[in-house]
Amino acid sequence: MNTLRNANMPNPLLPISIRDLRLTRSDRPVLGGVNLKIDDPGITVIMGPNGAGKTLLLRCLHGLITPDQGFIKLGSLAVADSRDEQAMVFQHPVLLRRTVLQNLAFAAPEIAKTAPERLIQALESVNLANRADQPARMLSGGEQQRLSLARALLSEPALLLLDEATANLDPASVLLIESLVKAQSLQGTKVILVSHDQSQARRLADEIVFMSNGKVAEQSPADQFFTTPQTPAAKAYLAGEILF
Amino acid sequence: MDALSEAFRLIITLDADLFEILLLSIRVSLIALAISAIIGLPLGSWLAISKFPGRKFCILLLNALMGMPPVVVGLIVYLLLSRSGPLGWLGLLYTPSAMIIAQAVLITPIIAALSNQVIENLHQEYRDTFYSMGITGRRAVVAYLVDARYALTTCILAGFGRAIAEVGAVIIVGGNIDHLTRVMTTAIALETSKGNLTLALGLGAVLLSLSLLVNALVIGVREYAAKRQYA
Ligand SMILES: Nc1ncnc2c1ncn2[C@@H]1O[C@H](COP(=O)(O)OP(=O)(O)OP(=O)(O)O)[C@@H](O)[C@H]1O
Ligand SMILES: [Mg+2]
Repeated sequence: MNTLRNANMPNPLLPISIRDLRLTRSDRPVLGGVNLKIDDPGITVIMGPNGAGKTLLLRCLHGLITPDQGFIKLGSLAVADSRDEQAMVFQHPVLLRRTVLQNLAFAAPEIAKTAPERLIQALESVNLANRADQPARMLSGGEQQRLSLARALLSEPALLLLDEATANLDPASVLLIESLVKAQSLQGTKVILVSHDQSQARRLADEIVFMSNGKVAEQSPADQFFTTPQTPAAKAYLAGEILF
Repeated sequence: MDALSEAFRLIITLDADLFEILLLSIRVSLIALAISAIIGLPLGSWLAISKFPGRKFCILLLNALMGMPPVVVGLIVYLLLSRSGPLGWLGLLYTPSAMIIAQAVLITPIIAALSNQVIENLHQEYRDTFYSMGITGRRAVVAYLVDARYALTTCILAGFGRAIAEVGAVIIVGGNIDHLTRVMTTAIALETSKGNLTLALGLGAVLLSLSLLVNALVIGVREYAAKRQYA
């Protein structure tokens, strides 16, 4: 594992450049030429209606999907070479059929061997230290999500991707996860987060990427996006109108 | 009903003949099971998570082999081990080893096919997360085997149940020789045909109890796992 990430060090996975990314599923173009350049550290929130392609874009970035066409570069690296530096938190956390602590140990065998106290600290950071020896899958949904975030952060990734990671969580869990994500980004981790929660986006985002119909429709600084969205689609989305 | 009470006397008094047969049955089936598990579990898991052309066909084949009639397995193993067969020089026909081989051939596909299904389901669930965490190859196979430990235990128990209750294959390759290759099922068949219902019933009761025990274990393992969300 790498040493503590430092906010003053340049992030090796920046800038992120995505050019003309195309993906077809069931004969339908689901990503229809995504162009996006993310230069700055901090938190980028991707918003957009259901089916806009947010999840697919995140999965392409993470290397879970190979696009049919297009170009992704993270810093000087291709996706495949950047994967060690990435971590992803999924909407539905998948935990091993082991205890809470063993789940962390499995994700970071090096740390478990050389600095096991760091695993306990990680559990403390998500308020799960007293649950260390419980079967992980017996945790509630919010607790499982907190554990999966702790697991993702163990590797101190240069890029952290979260796909609706706080959907269905209670307000306290949402705020706890947000504060951890914020803290991690202040330590130099680039965060890209998909969310439908406008208040969450306002709390966290430095920058908003708005997607619709398999494309990036708008990319703006967060304050500007919420006060003066540039595209009709984003305006309608923010107003809660149905887009089709 | 005399035969029935006599049969229970045989069990309670630890009748020497009955226990010789019981022990041989268990020994043969346990060794066959160990061989089958060592081959079947990794094979089933590997087929579940690997990608190569012909993988689907291999799984289809395993599932077909799972339903092989024991007498056919017995016949094939007989042909292999008979004096003029390719493995005749080993001199294994009509020995417990022959029965072990026959049972292992019979239940390896069962364990492989059942574990394949178990690991494939787990793989569906874990795949993206393992990919994200960079867990591949041997680490992934081991993790799947560990995480499916309870379901795999029930696969193994099912294999044991099938092996110990099987008669067609072991009678062909073992020959049902007294004090040498006579196991519970073949003894029951023989004693029944001779009209000696006492020993047959006694062995039948033991076999039935074993089967109940195995099934109770299966249920116990399932419940233990379900309670911890480890199923
Ligand atoms: N395997 C697939 N086969 C067919 N269509 C697919 C497949 N995967 C995704 N799609 C389609 O691609 C489109 C974009 O999906 P994606 O999951 O990226 O949407 P999203 O923006 O994340 O939506 P949501 O807000 O609902 O999560 C959807 O219309 C979806 O139906
Ligand atoms: Mg989505």
